Amino acid sequence: MKIKDVSLLIVDDEFSVRDSLEQWFRMDGFDVDTAEDTKQAFEKFRLKKWDIVLLDIKMPGMDGIEFNKHIMSVNPDIIVIIITAFASVETAVQAIKDGAFDYVSKPLDPEHLSNLIRNALEKQQLTQENIKLRERIEDLTTPDDIIGTSDALRKVLRLVVNVAKTDSTVMIRGESGTGKELIARAIHANSIRKYAPIISINCGGLTETLLESELFGHEKGAYTGADRLRIGKLERANKGTIFFDEIGNISMKMQMDLLRVLETKQFTRLGSDKPIDVDFRVVSATNRDLEKAVKEGYFREDLYFRLNVVTIDVPPLRDRQKDIPLLARYFFNLFTKAMVKPIKDIHPEAMRMIENYKWPGNIRELRNVIERAIVICDKELILPENLSFPFESMNAHVITSDDSLEAAEHRQIQRVLTKTGWQLTKTAEILKIDRTTLYNKIKKYNLHKDGDE
Amino acid sequence: MSKNICIVPVELNDYSLIENLVLYLNQTFEFPVHVKTANIKPHLAYDQRRLQYSSSILLKQLIDNSPEPLNQSKFLALCEFDLFIPIFTYVFGEAQLNGPAAIVSVHRLQNEFYGGSSDREVLRERLIKEATHELGHTFGLYHCLHPKCVMNFSTYVEDIDDKSPLFCDQCKAEVIAGGE
Repeated sequence: MKIKDVSLLIVDDEFSVRDSLEQWFRMDGFDVDTAEDTKQAFEKFRLKKWDIVLLDIKMPGMDGIEFNKHIMSVNPDIIVIIITAFASVETAVQAIKDGAFDYVSKPLDPEHLSNLIRNALEKQQLTQENIKLRERIEDLTTPDDIIGTSDALRKVLRLVVNVAKTDSTVMIRGESGTGKELIARAIHANSIRKYAPIISINCGGLTETLLESELFGHEKGAYTGADRLRIGKLERANKGTIFFDEIGNISMKMQMDLLRVLETKQFTRLGSDKPIDVDFRVVSATNRDLEKAVKEGYFREDLYFRLNVVTIDVPPLRDRQKDIPLLARYFFNLFTKAMVKPIKDIHPEAMRMIENYKWPGNIRELRNVIERAIVICDKELILPENLSFPFESMNAHVITSDDSLEAAEHRQIQRVLTKTGWQLTKTAEILKIDRTTLYNKIKKYNLHKDGDE
Repeated sequence: MSKNICIVPVELNDYSLIENLVLYLNQTFEFPVHVKTANIKPHLAYDQRRLQYSSSILLKQLIDNSPEPLNQSKFLALCEFDLFIPIFTYVFGEAQLNGPAAIVSVHRLQNEFYGGSSDREVLRERLIKEATHELGHTFGLYHCLHPKCVMNFSTYVEDIDDKSPLFCDQCKAEVIAGGE
């Protein structure tokens, strides 16, 4: 914040005080104004937002103490500095109790006033920074992107709210693509740890060595290639939440290491023997049958019990039938906005297909299908032919008017043509037909490069 | 319109302070600098209760009795009194933002005031910086956040020692613009 952006109001009934302080602060570049009594000050408050107020305690009419109370009740972030002619401990204490930043006695010591204003500005900057950061964190973590009104989802969200307030370890179970990470984020966002980070780690995607280095970090020179100090995710999650995704996929050695960390709340960076204390909440997720893995000896029972204090089962999308159109529309809005495409809606027939499909890949699959449809679509509505279901064969029992072989062929040719940008040779190659056949099919289905049939 | 800078000593005992100052102000502002007297009566600015001199009253006297037309020069009164403005316990000097006059006192610039031993070199340097600073205000300059710029605000006398006697590029440009 620049000084010229800081507004400062001087409220004092003595002209010489107002005048000299106004001059003084103007030289610093503040946006300064004065008021000779609280009535005038009220008026100035009505017209503008003030950052700092220098307020004389003894004034005719309403005195400074009362006016300070009023300011604080309206906006406690305003910095009020009380000016008193006679430094009386009682009035100063009262003013500070009522929320004033500090008080000074007349005549003011220029050194003291400068330091006071410097501190006040620092405080104000921190307050504003804090507000901005909080807003940002809340923006990032509000579980607004958990969409749905189905009973199955409501049940999960109720559990999330209850569990979030405790500090218990949570295990989220559910099929792939059901939004387990979103649930973990919702738990974090509603917990007392929400102002500290939530750190996610996908245990399934990393080799044992990489996972180890990701989690514990390493000292410089811990191993060949460790050319600098690396802070691990366990350390970064301190005071916050650590989310282990695909926990069922970690090696026996990592299970042992992790168990030790969870038990002692301590770990050491690779290449160091200095233990580091950490305090975090553990939320993990898996789509594996962990009980079976424990029984078969692939997963440590003690770790299983430590991670599985509270279980949240996230239902598959096929059990949230009611949420499918809501989610489809949510992703539709999200992607049309992001891609700035003038598509107005999803055609009712296309929506019917979306609702009837069983979504084995759950929300992730739905999201991908909608995203792809928006990329392909060049009309005002998303049409059935814009939809392509990667697991369509699993959905064979759902009969629609578009299920004829011809319609499928039509869709497939159009899709590949769009994908190749109408390169006929390449399209024929992909479709494993010769160019003449492709050409005939294009004619048969009346396909055009701009998509109009 | 080009400006002159006019230094007005007010009951100054040590005139040796002025010689250096004239040279420096001339180099810094690139305007002619001369020394003139004015009919200023310090006893009218004296506050019996505070045992200090009101810088605002002295400034008013300077303007009312300026030795040259006000629109031709920037006036800097130079004194050895302890200055104050009513709301503050003391001031090193006072200036009219974008106005014709400023005043600086050497009283609190001297080491002796803080119990140290006299150092004329240090005093001369502090005076150059404070005079340049107050005159800067008369050219419309605000306090500058550049730590070395002479327009940086000095809370303590040590702060004056820390900054340079020169304007930063931006302040310098504004002085040139203000003098035209």
